[in-house]
Amino acid sequence: MPYNRAHHRFAIFTAGATFCLLIAGALVTSNDAGLSVPDWPTSFGSLYKIPHMIGGVRFEHTHRMIAEFVGVLTVVLAIWTWRVDKRRWIKALAVGALGTVVAQGVLGGLTVLFYLPPLISSAHAALAQTFFCIAVAIAVFTGRRWVEEVPEVELDSRRPSLITLTLLSILVLYVQLILGAMFRHHGMSWWPHVVNAPVAALVLTWTAVRALAVYARIEAVRRPAILLLGLLITQLCLGFVAFLTRVAWGRDAVQPELPMVISTVAHVAVGALLLATAVVLAIQVWRHVPVAFAERVPEGGRRVVAA
Amino acid sequence: MNKKTWVSLLTLPCLGLGLLAGCSKKEEAQPAAAPEAAAPAAAAATPIDPATVASVTGTVKLDGAAPKAAKIDMSQDAACKGANSAETIVADGGNLANVFVYVKDGLGTRTFDVPTTAVTIDQQGCKYHPHVLGVMTGQNISIKNDDQTTHNIHPTPQSNREWNESQPPNATPIQKTFAREEIMLPVKCNQHPWMRMYINVVKSPFYSVTGPDGKYELKGLPPGTYTIAFVQEKLGEQTQQVTLAAKDSKTVDQSFKQQ
Repeated sequence: MPYNRAHHRFAIFTAGATFCLLIAGALVTSNDAGLSVPDWPTSFGSLYKIPHMIGGVRFEHTHRMIAEFVGVLTVVLAIWTWRVDKRRWIKALAVGALGTVVAQGVLGGLTVLFYLPPLISSAHAALAQTFFCIAVAIAVFTGRRWVEEVPEVELDSRRPSLITLTLLSILVLYVQLILGAMFRHHGMSWWPHVVNAPVAALVLTWTAVRALAVYARIEAVRRPAILLLGLLITQLCLGFVAFLTRVAWGRDAVQPELPMVISTVAHVAVGALLLATAVVLAIQVWRHVPVAFAERVPEGGRRVVAA
Repeated sequence: MNKKTWVSLLTLPCLGLGLLAGCSKKEEAQPAAAPEAAAPAAAAATPIDPATVASVTGTVKLDGAAPKAAKIDMSQDAACKGANSAETIVADGGNLANVFVYVKDGLGTRTFDVPTTAVTIDQQGCKYHPHVLGVMTGQNISIKNDDQTTHNIHPTPQSNREWNESQPPNATPIQKTFAREEIMLPVKCNQHPWMRMYINVVKSPFYSVTGPDGKYELKGLPPGTYTIAFVQEKLGEQTQQVTLAAKDSKTVDQSFKQQ
C-alpha cells in the first residue's frame, strides 16, 4: 500500500487539534466554568449563535466550538481512511475513533445536564485522553516509516519483556489519569493521585531505561523512550507546582487564580502527552522488539509439524 | 465504499444527535421559572399564644483580629463593577456579620405557616445581595438580576434538587422554592466564579442573620428550652441552650474563634 502524504498530514492535524481541545477542556475545569453555559447541546438556547464571551462562558463555549471542529475532523478522517487505506485494522481504528468522539460528546453533554457528577466528568476526562491516543496512533500508522520501511527487528528474551513494561506503563498512567480526574472533579481526595505518582514514575523510568539500555540503536524505540523520560520529569515538577497552587495555597481562594490555572492546565496537557508517548512506545516496541516466538508459545502448546 | 459502509458511517453521528436531543428535551421539560415541586400540603400551624411569647437577642463576635478580606479580580467582565472584596468573614470591631442564627432544636412537632411574601436575592455589582439568606421550606424566593451582564444561578444543595439557570440583564425574576431543610446551601454563578452566597432553609420562622453590628433577634418563641445554632460559612456551627419562660427576653451572645 503506498504512503499517502495528505492523509498522514491530516491525521497529524487531527491529533494536534485534539491536543488543543484537551487544553481547552482543562481550562474549563480549572476556571470552574463547566456550568457557565447551562444548556446542551444548545448554548443559551441556540445551536449556532456565539454567546457573549465573558467570564466562564468564553472557556466553556470555546471548548464546545473546538470539540465540534474535532468532531468534523474525525468524521473526515474516518471516511478518508476507509477510502484510501487498504489495511482493515486501521479502518476499524478510524471508525473506533469516530465512535469514541461521539461517546465523548455525549459524556460532555451529560456532565452539563447532570451538573458535573464526578464519575461522568472523570469519564469525560479519561475518554478525552483515550481519543487523543487513538488520533496519535492513527498518525503513526499512516506515517511514511510505518507504511514503507521494513522494520528493524530485535527479539526480546528478557523478563519482564519490554512490551509488558510498556503496557504496564499505560496501565499505571491510566490509573493516575483517573485518580487525578476524580480529584479535579471533586469525587476524591488528592492523596490517591499523589501516592500513585511515585509508582507511575517508577514503572515509566524502568520502561524507558530498559528501552534505552537495550534497544537504543532502534530509532523508533529510542525516540519515544527519551521523550517519555523528559515528559516524566516535566510532569513531576508540574504536579508539585499544581499541588502547591491548588491544594496548599489555593484552598481558600475566592476565585480560580492564574498560577493555579496555568499549573493545573499544563499538568493535564503534559499528562496527555505522556500517555500518548507511552502508547507510541508500546506500538513501536510491538513492531520492533517482539517477544521471541519460543517465549510466546508455552512448551506444551508447541507441536512438531512435518515439513 | 459500498452503500452499507456509508449507512454505517452516517448512523453513528445520527445516534449521537438522537441522544443529544433526548437529553435536551429533559431540560426543556422543566419550565425556567417554575418553583421546585412543593412539599406535600403542610398541616395547619400549631397555635402559639401571643400573650406568652418570648424573645432572644444577642451579638455574635469574632475572637481575634479579623482576617483581611481577599481581593476579587472582576476584570474578566467589564460589566462587573461591584465592591471587589470577598465576604468569607466580615467582622467590624469584633462584630461578626453573615452568621445564620436559628432554633435548631426544641420546637418538637410544631408546624408553622409559610410566609406568602417572597424573599429576594439581588445580583448587583456581580455579587449576591444578601450574602447569607434565611428562608422557610416552601417559601418563594425571587431572584433578580440588576447587572448589565448575564449571570447563572446555580445552587449546589445536599438534600434539595440542584438546578442551574442563566438570567440575562433585565430578565423577569426567577421564582424558586426549596422543599427540604438545609443549612448553608451554597449558590454560585459559574460565569463569575467569585459570586457565592448561602441559603438557609428551615421549617420554623425563628431564624435571623447577623448584620454588620453582629446583632440578631429571634422573636415570638413559645416558652420552652431551645438549642440555638450559630452557623458561619467558614467558621462552622456553634450551639447554645436557652430556656425561656413566658414573656422572657433573654440575651444570648456567641463568639467564634478565628481559625
